[in-house]
Amino acid sequence: MEPISFEGTPKTPTVKFDAGTGIIEIKGRSIPENSIEFYKPLVDWLEEYAKGPLEKTTVNIQLEYFNTSSSKCILDVFKKLEAIHKAKNEVIINWHYEEDDEDMLEAGEDYESIIRVPFKMIEIVE
Amino acid sequence: MSFDVHEYYSKLNGGDVLVAFKGSITTDLINNILEEIEEKMEGANEQARIRKKVYNVLVESLQNLYHHVEELPEKLKDDFDSKFGILVVSRENEAYKISTGNFISSEKIKFLKDKIDKINSLSKEELKDMYKFILNHQKLSAKGGGGLGLVDIARKTGNKLEYTFQHYQDDYYFFNLDVFISEENQNKT
Repeated sequence: MEPISFEGTPKTPTVKFDAGTGIIEIKGRSIPENSIEFYKPLVDWLEEYAKGPLEKTTVNIQLEYFNTSSSKCILDVFKKLEAIHKAKNEVIINWHYEEDDEDMLEAGEDYESIIRVPFKMIEIVE
Repeated sequence: MSFDVHEYYSKLNGGDVLVAFKGSITTDLINNILEEIEEKMEGANEQARIRKKVYNVLVESLQNLYHHVEELPEKLKDDFDSKFGILVVSRENEAYKISTGNFISSEKIKFLKDKIDKINSLSKEELKDMYKFILNHQKLSAKGGGGLGLVDIARKTGNKLEYTFQHYQDDYYFFNLDVFISEENQNKT
């Protein structure tokens, strides 16, 4: 499978999805007015990947900001990961948040309570 | 007498203002405002968590405007840009105040008012549940709005949403929303 590699912009995150390593990363800002357009290829890629995933998939989410339009798309990404996990593959979501950013920690906990995949909350200390 | 939008804007724009705008709400405008506020807050040495909250709430406020401004009827277009909205970010009594305003047709008022009143009646825990419910159960609209913006703003600020609907003319009202990000509210859980 072709990997996905998007450079970040002021309104969209850096994205790296690699089926060869099983590492999936979304980093930076996700605040586009319409996030569906941005996230659709990511959700499609995961749907394809789910047909033959690696034994272990590691997901690194490190967002500085995301808007509510993105929050639903991120949930769609996590639902694809949940399906991979449900099919008896190891999946871990590392949710990074900056020191003192309680809103971002809470956002991670919201997802953790909805999605049945192990989450690890990682505080970034500068 | 109809509501004087320009006078209202002038009043908002009179205090300790960081950013003020009236006119068409476009993607470029949103980008410019976000860039400007980020520079100003970095320059002002504001704490990182307050800076982030203001930025987040501003993103939602602007995108709410962007998704909901209505195409104005012909006779209002003589006086206003077709996607007319206002935005003022200011400092007031140890808080950041984000004021937005836009025209709204009367039939949409009830839905919006009920939604805000509902949000204002909820505790922190109830807001979290409402957010999670909408996140998990409602589809995004074609425009990308998800019905989460106001809930998210209320959660992040920990303050009530203050609003007015002022009659402009015929079926058109001017909707004003003020949200406050106060420093003493932070860190409470």
